[in-house]
Amino acid sequence: MKYADEFRDKTIAQGLARAIGAEAESQREYRFMEFCGGHTHAISRYGLEDILPANVCMIHGPGCPVCVLPASRIDMAIRLAERPEVTLCVYGDLMRVPGSQGKSLLSAKAYGADIRMVYSTLDAIRIAEQAPNREVVFFAIGFETTTPPTAVMIRLAEKKWLKNVSVFCNHVLTPAAMHNILEGPDIHNGGRIEIDGFVGPAHVSTIIGTKPYEVLAEQFDKPIVIGGFEPLDMMQAILMLVRQVNEGRYEVENQYSRAVTRKGNRRAQEEVSDIFELRDHFEWRGLGLVPHSGLKLKQAYAQFDAEMRFAMHEVRVADNPACECGAILRGLKRPVDCKLFGTICTPEIPIGSCMVSSEGACAAHWTYGRFRDHQLRRA
Amino acid sequence: MRAMAYQRKLDIKNGRVDLSHGAGGRAMAQLISGLFHEAFGNEWLARGNDQAAFDVGAGRMVMTTDGYVVSPLFFPGGNIGSLAVHGTINDVAMGGARPLYLSASFIIEEGFRFSDLKTIADSMGEAARAAGVYIITGDTKVVERGKADGMFISTTGVGVLADGLDLSAEKARVGDRVLVSGSLGDHGAAIMSRRQNLAFETEIVSDSAALHHLVALMVAAGGSSIRVMRDPTRGGLAATLNEIAHQSGLGFRLQEKAIPVKPAVAAACELLGLDPLHVANEGKLVAIVAPDMADAVLAAMRAHPLGCDAADIGEAVADNHRFVQISTSFGGGRIVDWLWGEQLPRIC
Repeated sequence: MKYADEFRDKTIAQGLARAIGAEAESQREYRFMEFCGGHTHAISRYGLEDILPANVCMIHGPGCPVCVLPASRIDMAIRLAERPEVTLCVYGDLMRVPGSQGKSLLSAKAYGADIRMVYSTLDAIRIAEQAPNREVVFFAIGFETTTPPTAVMIRLAEKKWLKNVSVFCNHVLTPAAMHNILEGPDIHNGGRIEIDGFVGPAHVSTIIGTKPYEVLAEQFDKPIVIGGFEPLDMMQAILMLVRQVNEGRYEVENQYSRAVTRKGNRRAQEEVSDIFELRDHFEWRGLGLVPHSGLKLKQAYAQFDAEMRFAMHEVRVADNPACECGAILRGLKRPVDCKLFGTICTPEIPIGSCMVSSEGACAAHWTYGRFRDHQLRRA
Repeated sequence: MRAMAYQRKLDIKNGRVDLSHGAGGRAMAQLISGLFHEAFGNEWLARGNDQAAFDVGAGRMVMTTDGYVVSPLFFPGGNIGSLAVHGTINDVAMGGARPLYLSASFIIEEGFRFSDLKTIADSMGEAARAAGVYIITGDTKVVERGKADGMFISTTGVGVLADGLDLSAEKARVGDRVLVSGSLGDHGAAIMSRRQNLAFETEIVSDSAALHHLVALMVAAGGSSIRVMRDPTRGGLAATLNEIAHQSGLGFRLQEKAIPVKPAVAAACELLGLDPLHVANEGKLVAIVAPDMADAVLAAMRAHPLGCDAADIGEAVADNHRFVQISTSFGGGRIVDWLWGEQLPRIC
């Protein structure tokens, strides 16, 4: 496959692995967090752990929007969808995400809620046009990459004078989550944060650019290399991180230069800032309340804000106390360290955020990598 | 005595199914004889009984049943009718058996175009004739608009199995080879390319086909060294191999670069974030074969047009955890797990 296979070449991978092995100091461990679910998926899908030197350890970050969406927001969406006048449009991977008490959108649909799986915000517009008597709500989730399409949808609804369209906004911000991980509670209790650097977001950075990460690299003395989602991108980004650590540098570097610039996509940024504004805080599954980490619609667009339109009440739902997602997302624990992993928490019945989507740390390990646990035990 | 009362001919071109066509009256009789008998044409149906009596040869009988709810009803490379015939034949054939007879039951929504119904029935007849199999009994029901999304078909297949042949998953042994009959994911990718909210331009065509002739060649070449055969439909190769691993208590180790996937299918899967190993096939089979006969069986497969891209993709290994593992083309290893959740509803 053109333009994809070039970034999956085994020979080049072996060359990069040798370079990482040669440059990584053998007496120390390098612990890097890949931020995005896309990265986590690439690591698992291509078996990168088998190719990287043993002392380079990848920690799977929170960059999977489905995973970090808290049960409370799912509960709110279910309540909304249960209203007889509402048609709720959602991306397919949200359907199975558990709310509290084991309910999901999929089960709500089975009980009669009008929930439609869509592939694009434009599908929701089409549904609203076809059913003018229905209140069509788009369940908007995702990082900075998926926010511009939601903005476009609102613009379009406005232009077409659609009175039956609104958005349940759950868009979240990457730098705020990174900041939260680096400033985790452990730090203040004299704890450690066991991350030497980040493979920074790929697609998100095409929108926001590399600039927003600069303050993080500086404040926390952590190197950040923006890396693409292909396996060779990952390997090259890891090599660049190893070099920074060895040289004592804490910079933002851009491996994914074929798509990402320092300033990002200005047009998309303007669309987003026209329509959305920061929430004081937003809840993340696994991380809890994170200040200034989510977006909501501006007052001028209140008519498109489902939370206003349907007077939705925010609810709080506690995560399962035995769930270790928070510690896993901070790199303090591995999926196998959680006693729920693979017992009552599996991709079929996920308990914690990291098991929810194939891009989550636990689900990726369960789906692609759990054979390694048994190899270790045997060895 | 008067001859049969006058009845207006079915208007195949412009007419539509209405509730009277399922009501047991003359309209239904006319639909059955004018459309289905015409399309399936055989001596059993011509007798017009509620059942069909047939002879079977020596050996044990094999029976299978299947429902078809595919959406859309027409897709590149086939339609719900040809799919139903091929799918049922394949389920019989995977036991190593020779398929003989099918039944077909139709649940049709009122308002369904006769012309579409005729196209579907004709392609069922054509698929059955090409396969040397007869549709010898059937049923028609009509439901109100919106109750059956066009039409559902359910089929039952009967076949005979030669004495001494008993294919089953628990017969797999360590060292057995894993053979596939051709490129994976074609059917699922073809269906996806026609889904209303997903439609994309592609030359991908469903692989829907009857595999029993291919199976006969394989059985002739390998006999009972073929431990088990399956057609990897929903859930794809991944689901099929995990099933066999589970039933046999073994694991599998595959080589990604040996697995045939068409570039267009790989690209569609890339675009949609799917793994071709999870995507459905309707004209492919997986065979687990004793190592000493694997090359002979593979050669027999490649001699048949439906097996010309057949490949040896891996082996059965001892593994208490029954993992299906794959060495990726990139040089790493991973598990090929069951698909969890629903990748794409109503694929067949």
